[in-house]
Amino acid sequence: MLRALVGAVLVGVMCPLLGAYVVTRNLAFIGDALAHAVLPGMALGFFVGINPAIVAIPTGITVAMLVRAVSRRAGLSADTAIGILFASMFALGLMMLSMSSSVDIDVEDLLMGQILAISPTGIYVSLAITGVVILGLFVFHHWMLFTSFDPVGSQVMGMRTGVVDYVLLALLALVIVIGIQAAGVILVMAMLVIPAATAYLLVGRFISIMLMAAALGTAASVTGLYLSFHFNLPAGPAMTLVATGLFVVVASFRRRVFT
Amino acid sequence: MNPLVDLPNATHDASMSLQDVTVELDGYMALTNVTFNVDAGTLMGVVGPNGAGKSTLFNTIAGLLPVHQGSVTLNRVDLHRGALAYVPQRDSVNWRFPVNVSDVVLMGRCCRLGWFRRPGKKDRELVRECLCRVGLWDYRSSLMTELSGGQRQRVFVARALAQEASVLLLDEAFSGVDAGAQEILVEVLQALRDEGRIVLLSTHDLNNLSRRFDQVLCLNRHVCACGAPSQVITPAVMKELYGVQFSMDGEG
Repeated sequence: MLRALVGAVLVGVMCPLLGAYVVTRNLAFIGDALAHAVLPGMALGFFVGINPAIVAIPTGITVAMLVRAVSRRAGLSADTAIGILFASMFALGLMMLSMSSSVDIDVEDLLMGQILAISPTGIYVSLAITGVVILGLFVFHHWMLFTSFDPVGSQVMGMRTGVVDYVLLALLALVIVIGIQAAGVILVMAMLVIPAATAYLLVGRFISIMLMAAALGTAASVTGLYLSFHFNLPAGPAMTLVATGLFVVVASFRRRVFT
Repeated sequence: MNPLVDLPNATHDASMSLQDVTVELDGYMALTNVTFNVDAGTLMGVVGPNGAGKSTLFNTIAGLLPVHQGSVTLNRVDLHRGALAYVPQRDSVNWRFPVNVSDVVLMGRCCRLGWFRRPGKKDRELVRECLCRVGLWDYRSSLMTELSGGQRQRVFVARALAQEASVLLLDEAFSGVDAGAQEILVEVLQALRDEGRIVLLSTHDLNNLSRRFDQVLCLNRHVCACGAPSQVITPAVMKELYGVQFSMDGEG
């Protein structure tokens, strides 16, 4: 239970921290795609007997890098490139899982997350990712603010904006690996987007949105875990619905105005 | 109220020269044989109708677009150290991304920091000086979306100052900026010009502020005229530029 609680706190803090970038930079689709695209990596992990989260890390980062490469090379929009990679990687993952009838895998656990059964290795992986991501966010904070707010201006200044974007996507892929263990492939999206969207309505400045999103995310994940434990509900959906509840309450009396 | 505070600063002596610059965009010639020179300490207005290639010109100078033919030469400018600053058009900025005034000016220090250093006390002190210079220190904690068009432009100018830029490019700097705020902006830019910086400002509508530029470049895919406002803003040039006869109010 303690492991599950630690896992819940990590997902509640880390996904919303990156989620602040997701909602302000329209990265929701790529976030969702990355979550689905790591499935083959996780399947491979099962085959060779390594913790799936470990194999999911390089898979996610590779796909994040591929999105840009594919859209550049083929002259397609990023959305289209994401659509192609997302669907094919997910299909590959499902294919690999179906071929492995000998290995005992609960596909539902992969898709829905199984935080109550998270292994010690899973927790260590999540802790290591947390360290790396927080360091990355801290060191590159100003660069990421600049390229997010004014991509053209930052490029003219002589900044390698492409590198900054790759770093951001790599960090996103990393937190998705934390999120998948708790909420599963499908609902990791909820932890990325919903707490950050709620925070976006509540506070003004970007750094405040990050911190507020992490607080709301933790509240949602811990409450969801508690509900799932006591009422025997699936944890991922419980966390998601608590986060949604918070969003609905806030959105009913706050809106963000643009000029 | 004079917001301009003396800021000890290195003198700037960059110069810029465009020779026969031709730029092709999606199969058509956006700029043809553009040639002009700008010396240090010049405030130049780039005027021309919509679609005349003003943004293309700025993007080319900024190195965002390849030059098809000809050359752009920036002398005594270290591009990798942020010597060139670009004040973006309103719609190239992600306004959904919530940053406040100090955040934006601090961005100007990124190029001086290198990859793994974060801004320190000196950088923040410089941000304060730059914001004082454009008269926006009192707005340092305001979100960018809370400011008027003219104030936003001045924040971007403060960012260029923090960047220690020698060349400033302001694309459509007057759009969405009311007359009084345009006046303030031009005053700020004149002070920067006096330090030896090159300031290029594009605008599609010609107004009485055009006479406050040192040089006016009339652009319509090619250079129609370039020189002091009194020489350039003539009925003949205006007809070539906008294709209609202009009444030249206040013209002697």
